[in-house]
Amino acid sequence: MTLPIQDPSLAAEGMGVPPRRAGFLRGVLRERKAAVIGLTIIAFFVLLAIIAPFISPYSATAQTCRVYAPPSGQHWLGCDDGGIDMLSELMQGGRTSLVVGFAATVVAIVIGGGVGIVSGYFSGWADTALMRVTDYLLVIPDLVFALVIADVWGPSLFHVIVVIGILEWASTARIIRAQVMSLKERVYIKRAKAIGAGHARIITRHLLPQVGPLLMANTVLTVAIAIYLETALAFLGLEDPTVTTWGTILEHAFERTAISSGAWWAIVPDGFAIAIIIVACFLLGQAIEDALNPRLKVAHLSVRRWRIRPLAGRGPDAI
Amino acid sequence: MSLLEVSDLHVWFDLPQGQPVHAVQGVSFALDPGERFGLVGESGCGKTTTILAMMGLLPPNASVSGEVRVDGQDVLAGGEDSARGYRWTDIAMVFQGAMNALNPVKKVGWQIAEPMAFHGIAQGAAARRRAGELLEMVGIPAAGAERYPHEFSGGMRQRASIAMALACQPRILLADEPTTALDVMVQAQILDLLIRLSSELGLALVLVTHDLPVVAQTCGRAAVMYAGEIAECGPMETLFHQPRHPYTRLLFAATPDLYGAGEVVSIGGAPPRLDEPATGCPFRPRCDVVLDRCAEEHPALQLVGPGHEAACHHAERAGAS
Amino acid sequence: MSGSQGVPLLEVENLTTRYPVRRGLTDRVTRQPRGWVHAVDGVSFTLARGEMLALVGESGCGKTTTAQSILGMVAPVSGTVRLNGTDIAGLPERQMRPLRRQLQMIYQDPYESLDPRFRVETTVGEPLLVHGIGGSPAERRVLIVAALERAGLSPAEAFLARYPHELSGGQRQRVAIAASLVLGPDLLLADEPVSMLDVSVRAGVLTLLDRLRRDGRMGILMITHDLSTAAHFADRIAVMYLGRIVEHGPARQVVRQPQHPYTKALLSVVPARDPRVRSAPQLLTGETPNPVDVPTGCRFHPRCPVAVERCSAQDPALRVAAGSASASHEVACLLA
Repeated sequence: MTLPIQDPSLAAEGMGVPPRRAGFLRGVLRERKAAVIGLTIIAFFVLLAIIAPFISPYSATAQTCRVYAPPSGQHWLGCDDGGIDMLSELMQGGRTSLVVGFAATVVAIVIGGGVGIVSGYFSGWADTALMRVTDYLLVIPDLVFALVIADVWGPSLFHVIVVIGILEWASTARIIRAQVMSLKERVYIKRAKAIGAGHARIITRHLLPQVGPLLMANTVLTVAIAIYLETALAFLGLEDPTVTTWGTILEHAFERTAISSGAWWAIVPDGFAIAIIIVACFLLGQAIEDALNPRLKVAHLSVRRWRIRPLAGRGPDAI
Repeated sequence: MSLLEVSDLHVWFDLPQGQPVHAVQGVSFALDPGERFGLVGESGCGKTTTILAMMGLLPPNASVSGEVRVDGQDVLAGGEDSARGYRWTDIAMVFQGAMNALNPVKKVGWQIAEPMAFHGIAQGAAARRRAGELLEMVGIPAAGAERYPHEFSGGMRQRASIAMALACQPRILLADEPTTALDVMVQAQILDLLIRLSSELGLALVLVTHDLPVVAQTCGRAAVMYAGEIAECGPMETLFHQPRHPYTRLLFAATPDLYGAGEVVSIGGAPPRLDEPATGCPFRPRCDVVLDRCAEEHPALQLVGPGHEAACHHAERAGAS
Repeated sequence: MSGSQGVPLLEVENLTTRYPVRRGLTDRVTRQPRGWVHAVDGVSFTLARGEMLALVGESGCGKTTTAQSILGMVAPVSGTVRLNGTDIAGLPERQMRPLRRQLQMIYQDPYESLDPRFRVETTVGEPLLVHGIGGSPAERRVLIVAALERAGLSPAEAFLARYPHELSGGQRQRVAIAASLVLGPDLLLADEPVSMLDVSVRAGVLTLLDRLRRDGRMGILMITHDLSTAAHFADRIAVMYLGRIVEHGPARQVVRQPQHPYTKALLSVVPARDPRVRSAPQLLTGETPNPVDVPTGCRFHPRCPVAVERCSAQDPALRVAAGSASASHEVACLLA
């Protein structure tokens, strides 16, 4: 039997290979510059966070300069209200913020993904029950809920992680559930059931790989939201003030009259770092989401111009 | 001069990667009013692309060359602008999966009346009345105009699509796989309708399908397409009883017959890629009567009988019946 | 065709499967009676080893639901389905699982029935993993290669590492068939196995199924709407209409001496491939009614060209047709 030949009608429609996990991310990076930019920025910050203790010029906790000293040759970003070098503080804060962001995201994705899969796959009363819980969480305003919890449990980094995790899993659950419900109807899933494959096998070997890219997109976007929420909670004073995070830096700056002192270096670099990492996460996350949309199925009907090509010669000479 | 004349139609698709796909390679045929012509072939042979090109409904990455003449006027000469002038008023199309192409939130009558309003043929109440008449013509009670597509069955939706195609009184109707997803009884009803419409209204009908028996019973003439080209073209009876192209012969042999006792064969291999230039005959890898010539020389479509053409080096010899 | 020693491979008796019509809130509140989709309403037939039975009918006749009920994907309301003597109708999944080695299904859509992320070897090997057959990957590979060769994909080694998108429709269907064969089933359910394939490759797949049942002594239940295919490849044909079998007999007999008016009409509208053969199509009016509102008496009587008064009152049972040359040709018609 001759080896497989591509269906020419598929070639004409420009349909490509269905996404596979590792190759998929590479494909997204190859096609969308935004994704590359996003990933580079994130990678930069992660790297910075990892090597921060080694390259920090000064201590992030002890005083090393004058209060609100402006940026100078020794202190690139100046100093804050306690005389602590801003750059070191920023790096240290980045470590914690990113850890909080990623940890909270892990909590959200694990719970959200799990709920979404169980809900979408098993349907019935499990679905109904889980979705009602999800609905409640979706409706509750994030910050109000966080305020209440932080007030009740007391400020601490661990509580912040848990709060963010609880707030964020609901939207992930909804998205994953929708995809699982449509995947469940695919013929190869039915065939797997007919073979006798159990639920665990179908979920892990057939559903999870298909859901993977969507989960990936959702994870990246959730990181952005988690970092934002952490900042917000810290800024509102709900976080342990002794810990250095980007949020607490901002909070201290506002509390201790950095604006009226004109010490922009205590606020702007920090805000900039937060903003840029959130933008980076969105760039990457949305690029992945876009790539997951069904590949451009060239619509047969188009009122845009198609070209008329003059024919010069026949056969291989023809243009 | 025929009502419809397609001459040397070529279509290329530009792909993001690689060579352009030469989807239609020099297709020519002609039709008179009231004539029913079949365009037969398997998936990927270019039959749908051909009629989309005739309508000027190809995607932006397509290039077209050749002529499509309606009453002597070239429809494609001015690109999209000129094609629009002929679309629906002279040539209309019933699309593949037409039943699912109806707008689910608009009443059927409104959808049939819409092209009338757009082309300035009838407006408002007159258009609605005419929509009712069209529905009656295709076998749906006029009251159906007030229904939504989801209230219709598959067969009725297909009829509604045909009524929509007839809205501006075209003289040529292109039907792309009009009965493929329908049950055999409904298929018979739709084909009966198409035959009746073409005789009563003098419509020239181009029926695109992969289903040989459907074409055999509906059309007087047909063209068998393979790899973007016409392999054989002629009267239906000649195609079945005296095929001159091995693909035609094998395609008929691959179609089971209700009462036939003969063996049903399959054709090994697969159609060639259309994004690679080919030498020789495109059917050669799958052909059962290959000559040396077939590898080097691309066979041209030549006359092998009255109104009968075939693109095969064997054509001088008698094709197996 | 016949000659099964002892227990027949598949024995379906009075199989009935219904789906409830979903009711909106207003209907529930006003206590409207619940409607049922009578998908399968008392279907009985037997299938022996080495036999191919074609279940033929238009959409909505219940042929797919019959297969789903036999496969255990849908629980029937009543009736028995005996596979090698064991009643599997409505069996809970845990008890059904070991029996799944004996019956497998091939689906209509070759483009959807393979997981796009699995290589051919993984797809065909999955049933082995599920049922714990073949201790080592090497042992499993031997079985996988054998199944691929049996399905006509040769040399099998060339296909092991391929992904579905690299294969043609016909090849994908063969991979699906190989995945069904690897467990060595006795019964194969084939739901429109070739309707989404190109004409030129259909015969290959159908001939494969034919060969499997002869050499492999398997029983094949083929669901199709294509009467020509059924006439050519099947031993017996059962024509279904609105959840019932209305005619059942040897393929040649059913096609050449149809007894039921529905079968006659259906056969008359199948287009012949010879343009000179001008069929006299008997177009029935309207379309098949909704399986929710089943007519009283004979289900076909509203559309039947030869119905008489008593057809609307009496529901005919399947009995041996008087007008046929074969003794095993049955029809459910008061006038036959």
